[in-house]
Amino acid sequence: MHDHGRIPIWFFIGVLLTAYGVLILGAGIYGLWHPAPVVLDEVHIGIWWGALLLVIGLGYVWRFYPKK
Amino acid sequence: MFDSGSTMHPFFALFFQAPKQLVSLGAVDIVVVALYFLMVLGIGYYLKNFTKTGEDFFMAGRDMTSWIAGLSFVAANLGALELMGWAGSAYQYGILAAHWYWIGAIPAMLFLAIVMMPFYYISRTHSVPGYLKLRFGEPARLLSAVSFGFMTVLMSGINMFSMAKVMQIVLGWDLNFSIWVSSLTVAGYVFFGGLLSAIFNEVLQFFLIWLGALVVTILGLYETGGWSGVVHRIHERFPGQDYTHMWKGLGSFSDNPMGIHWTGIVMGLGFVISFGYWTTDFLVVQRVLAAKDLRSAKMAPIIGAAFKMAVPLIVILPGLLGLAVLPDKLVAESAQALNPGAHTYNDVLPLMLARYCGPGLLGLGITALIAGFMSGMAGNVSAFATVWTYDIYRAVIKKDADDHHYVNVGKLCTVLGVLVSIGTAYFVMQFSSIMDYVQQLFSFFIAPLFGTVILGMLWKRATPAGGFWGLLAGTLSSIGMWAWVNQVPSALKYIAVSAQAKPMAENMYRALWSWIICVVVTVAVSMMTEPKPEEDLVGLVYGATAIPSEGDLLWFQKPIFWAALVAIGLVIVNIIFR
Repeated sequence: MHDHGRIPIWFFIGVLLTAYGVLILGAGIYGLWHPAPVVLDEVHIGIWWGALLLVIGLGYVWRFYPKK
Repeated sequence: MFDSGSTMHPFFALFFQAPKQLVSLGAVDIVVVALYFLMVLGIGYYLKNFTKTGEDFFMAGRDMTSWIAGLSFVAANLGALELMGWAGSAYQYGILAAHWYWIGAIPAMLFLAIVMMPFYYISRTHSVPGYLKLRFGEPARLLSAVSFGFMTVLMSGINMFSMAKVMQIVLGWDLNFSIWVSSLTVAGYVFFGGLLSAIFNEVLQFFLIWLGALVVTILGLYETGGWSGVVHRIHERFPGQDYTHMWKGLGSFSDNPMGIHWTGIVMGLGFVISFGYWTTDFLVVQRVLAAKDLRSAKMAPIIGAAFKMAVPLIVILPGLLGLAVLPDKLVAESAQALNPGAHTYNDVLPLMLARYCGPGLLGLGITALIAGFMSGMAGNVSAFATVWTYDIYRAVIKKDADDHHYVNVGKLCTVLGVLVSIGTAYFVMQFSSIMDYVQQLFSFFIAPLFGTVILGMLWKRATPAGGFWGLLAGTLSSIGMWAWVNQVPSALKYIAVSAQAKPMAENMYRALWSWIICVVVTVAVSMMTEPKPEEDLVGLVYGATAIPSEGDLLWFQKPIFWAALVAIGLVIVNIIFR
């Protein structure tokens, strides 16, 4: 998992995407009761996209966790 | 969401200063943007412990995998201006803009991988000017290094100003705030970790650019009912205009909105400009030189090419979707004065972000734009530091210092490069018209450079004098042609073959002529001068070099297999959208 003792970049990507996933998913859920003035708000893309980021992020964190 | 007039801390007020802006960020969006800044700086700081030697700082230790080098290779080119500018071009010219991503990039990237990379890699050069030194001697290296260094810093400043301008228009951010915060962040992480940090952050930025911009494409296609829906809506809204065919209108200069002929696209863009940029611009080539072995170095541009071919999904398609769904028609920058309040073509991507993206997603989209800017700028800065340190400072000023000294010079160059770029940004602010000139000229330094490098790699008879004089003649002729048309507009019919040619077409043909002049002069001078002995060409020239084996690979592990797949993909997309 390490390159010359370095934490791989994929781990950092995982951490950031996980944080973004939580934020965007949270904002998407909040939007269920407080709709944003955007086109196709009824699709609730924030929930889907936030969940996607969370899954990708957690996947990368798990796969490239430094202690593993 | 916050409003522009909210009472807040003066620092945060910088985000909301301009009275007129396309979108405003909410609290979640600001957290998303702030996390990004923290992460890139954190990565740079973390990597400082891994960049002790010159090889670490300037070449990222030459241990990058093909995926990291490949994604970084394509991300360094995916600047924010590239994203917004080409989305705007797609709105203006239609799908013709995709030529810059397909025929204008993919063949050159594959050529770099399969034909040129072995010579760059085997020669163990630190830079493209460094290769010219080995092949043609010191004068060719210095000419190339000085023009590259000068233009890189200038371009970096111009991009910085353009980005700050975009942030002012889109978000209402203060120009000074955008310039200083973004550029000092880049300076910080490149200073700490050199090319290693730039490459790592470019991979991160690559993910953010895609994940931030892809939302627009997905929702746009959902709204229109897919590609056929996009085409139908565009035809309905712009009857009689062809925005959805790539080759159909290229038989004549007057049959397409770009005013270009297919020969200009194929020879000027597809051959000279594209090959010049992707195979000799050190900004992108440096990423591949950092690969850990020859196979990785060959695979990196192929991986980059596969993703480059997909970039129209997040750049060209949003522009076309803008044509299909935006209620108001956008106008050219030059026409904005006549249409006060109208948005310009370049606003199409932010407008589409604002159309679909609620809290959080908007922050991600803006982060994508900022990430694009930073990846481009870090590319400029790290390439500049390497060329300055190895090809100018070590070659001319101090030849025998130790490795530690050169690392410190590289770090100093990083900071100075950013400060000069900032100075350029403020200079451009006063004289904004020079921006267009410099951007045009930059690409034409590249066209003759491609002539010199390709002859050097493929023709043993090319001599040091031929290489130098060819490069000089090509560069001067490109500046001369530009100045000629600038002073005498009627000269356009000679340079661009047609008086109807638009600036885009003129650029294509000028690049082609300057390349031809470079090649003709190089060949002529070489035939009149003494060639280098063949033993001096080992590792530098085709025919004098035994290309090392890529190892015992299965057929599907070989770079040529993947290059062929990408090439087939290129043919298919061109047939589909012909």
